[in-house]
Amino acid sequence: MTTTTISTRASDKTTALLSVLGMAMLGLAILFAAGHAQSATLHDAAHDVRHATGFPCH
Amino acid sequence: MLTSALVAGCAAWLLAAVLHFAFVQKYILLGEAYETGAAVHYAGVVPADGHADAGHSHDEPAAEGHSHDEGAAAHDHGDAGAVSTGTRTLWTTVFFGLVYVAYALILVAGFGLARAYGKIITAREGLLWGIAGFASFQLVPAMGLAPELPGTLAADLGARQVWWWGTVAATAVGLGLLGYGRSLMATALAVVLLAVPHLVGAPELDGFSGVAPPEVAGAFSARVLGTGLAVWALMGWVAGHVWARTPDNAA
Repeated sequence: MTTTTISTRASDKTTALLSVLGMAMLGLAILFAAGHAQSATLHDAAHDVRHATGFPCH
Repeated sequence: MLTSALVAGCAAWLLAAVLHFAFVQKYILLGEAYETGAAVHYAGVVPADGHADAGHSHDEPAAEGHSHDEGAAAHDHGDAGAVSTGTRTLWTTVFFGLVYVAYALILVAGFGLARAYGKIITAREGLLWGIAGFASFQLVPAMGLAPELPGTLAADLGARQVWWWGTVAATAVGLGLLGYGRSLMATALAVVLLAVPHLVGAPELDGFSGVAPPEVAGAFSARVLGTGLAVWALMGWVAGHVWARTPDNAA
């Protein structure tokens, strides 16, 4: 009984940490694409925002 | 979790766009006017050391291994001049949305991590997290890489991006340890993490070659940071508020 509870908790925590990780990765990926990727099209469209958020732009 | 991030990201997006067009955009345009030569700092005064073409001192540093072969000026201004103000405003607004939703996802992922360790986040903690996020992503990196006015020359882009990401990560983890760490060891590690990026130092050029007046660059940097603080504070507060009202997170 106790064992079941503990393992359920442990797997809840794993699930929670995985969703945290997924969300953080998604945020970082968007941030990289919008703020740091050097494709010319992305750079030109994002130009003013990159300057105005202090990203190293060009 | 996602709701909290999206609501906060969208609130931040709205404020960021409004504040940007109210306070910051005119300095970007002014910087570009100096960069392209449409406006000239010290107009009519020729510097004594023969920099008669001071407006275009770009060429030299841009050529020496800087990734922009065509030189910084040719690079963006061709395009910036070609697109209409409407299109430019639209893209700027769209990208503010992307950047702040991305920041909100990262912030709320942090809330999720805190929850996994039994910490409760309310609007008040959210506000503090937002200010810490501002410090990590904008204020502290600006210590080494001040927000660049268009036309400012800087060191190699790749090296600056590496320093930027390293500083963001070290500062965020350092502040988290300072806020939630329980041991002397954690505090000591936090101090080290906060200090290391500045001991290493950001990549920089040997000289200065900005063509815009220092007043313009100074006002631009200050306004970027000031508006950034306002937006991050709002974002953190809203995220914390929504988070605390989500049944799973309240307990």
